[in-house]
Amino acid sequence: MKDQVVLRVMTKLLVPYMLVFGFYVIAHGELGPGGGFQGGVILAAGFILYGIVYGKSELHRVAPRRVIDALAGIGVLLYAGVGVWTMLLGGRFLDYSVLPAADYGAAEALGMVLVEYGVGITVCTVMITVYDMISEEGRP
Amino acid sequence: MNLALLEPSTASFLKVASLAGTYNYALYVVLMMIGFYGVIAKKNLIKQALGLGLFSTGIFLFYISMGVVEGGTAPVWWTTDEAHLLKAAGPYDNPLTHVLILTAIVVSVSTLAVAMALIVNIQRAYGTIEEDEIRAIEDAEHPGEGVI
Amino acid sequence: MSSFLLIDMILLGLAAVVAIGVISVRSLLSATMLGGIYSLLMALIWQNMNAVDVAFTEAAVGAGISTVLLVGTLLHTRRETNQSPAIHWPALLTVVLTGSFLIYGTVDMPDYGDASAPIHTGRVQQLLGQRVGKVDNEGVHHAWTYSTMAEQSVERDEPERSFPPERSHGEDHGGDAEAGAHGHPNDDFKGHSPNTVTSLLAAYRGYDTMYETAVIFTAGMAMVLLLRRREERA
Repeated sequence: MKDQVVLRVMTKLLVPYMLVFGFYVIAHGELGPGGGFQGGVILAAGFILYGIVYGKSELHRVAPRRVIDALAGIGVLLYAGVGVWTMLLGGRFLDYSVLPAADYGAAEALGMVLVEYGVGITVCTVMITVYDMISEEGRP
Repeated sequence: MNLALLEPSTASFLKVASLAGTYNYALYVVLMMIGFYGVIAKKNLIKQALGLGLFSTGIFLFYISMGVVEGGTAPVWWTTDEAHLLKAAGPYDNPLTHVLILTAIVVSVSTLAVAMALIVNIQRAYGTIEEDEIRAIEDAEHPGEGVI
Repeated sequence: MSSFLLIDMILLGLAAVVAIGVISVRSLLSATMLGGIYSLLMALIWQNMNAVDVAFTEAAVGAGISTVLLVGTLLHTRRETNQSPAIHWPALLTVVLTGSFLIYGTVDMPDYGDASAPIHTGRVQQLLGQRVGKVDNEGVHHAWTYSTMAEQSVERDEPERSFPPERSHGEDHGGDAEAGAHGHPNDDFKGHSPNTVTSLLAAYRGYDTMYETAVIFTAGMAMVLLLRRREERA
């Protein structure tokens, strides 16, 4: 769809807002409706729109496959790493209250935010991978 | 008619018939069964995957319906004063069912993705995604080995 | 009949009609588009039931990603299904039997929206009201255990079994000193999560969410293994 001027211009206009909204939804997940799952999907939708309009090669330029594949694992590792961190600090697995923060509530919030970031990274990259793979051409 | 005077089961049936209390649960069964019919009756693999999606949506509806409190509001606390210190009394809907279904939706789309990948591979291997045609091809290639 | 129930019934009826359409149309592209409509209707239903996070997810995932995924699959396969008989009688019989048993099972369910249903009054709700994502009484309370939790629930004289447990809270909020004495302490919005869905997701059901994330990661890897072209070898 590279020859459609309207689509190209509107995509350039829309994608930044979609990405910012996705980051907003992840970051404000514990304040309002939203969280890692929703925000990750919205971020991925921005990339997918870009890939649909500008083509797969352009998508691979802005989001290389190696980076996407690595980030999918890093998200899960971030989540599990928070659990390991709490164990190293003397608590139980995913017991956020022992995290270094001002008080109990701040520690809980810190743990939840880190975990939500992990979920968001994994969901976003896996959804991009799903689009990337399902639009793959030719035989494997 | 006084429902309390009847046998409990009869009263329950009348309650469903009058759509008074639990019609939502009956409708979740309807949605689930439409999906189930698609899974059984349709030969096309994509149709079967769509039917599985409908089936899971029926279960989601059941869970969310259980979490509803009459007169409740969304389970995000809101404040009643300008300094944002006083939490509104509620009642709030039960958030636990929302949590379960929130993750289940994302997992269901992941399973749908894997199903679609398998279907694409089946198309490449057999040239069709109709269940009976795949079965005929298998029978022709490996006669006497039974169905897949 | 309240407007809530009226909207609920209309949307559910529409969803049932669209679901029949998804199953019965021959064109797979039409079925995909009807599936997107169905997902949006479900998002509206969940918004109506105050499940805002679920509605958000369904609108993004069900109507967005699923549709892209199915259209992408159709590009590889075909647009139409084969002609099949209008009604598959054994399937219809199975479905009607199963459905009637399930509906018979729902007649003993508590009423829709009943605040005294077991799901709203059980032990889970006490746990939710006390601990998840809350600022603690003394500010720092690292090594809390189940025994201290039980003590605190005994200390509290408010009707904590009702959900939400802190609904009687509100007046005693001037100072932090007296807040610990009665009601839920420090129940303001400092440093913890007002969105109980997120706090449940990340804290109370943290293990569950971790493995759900692992499931999503596994699905992504399965996609890569099944579909990625081996460019290096070719």
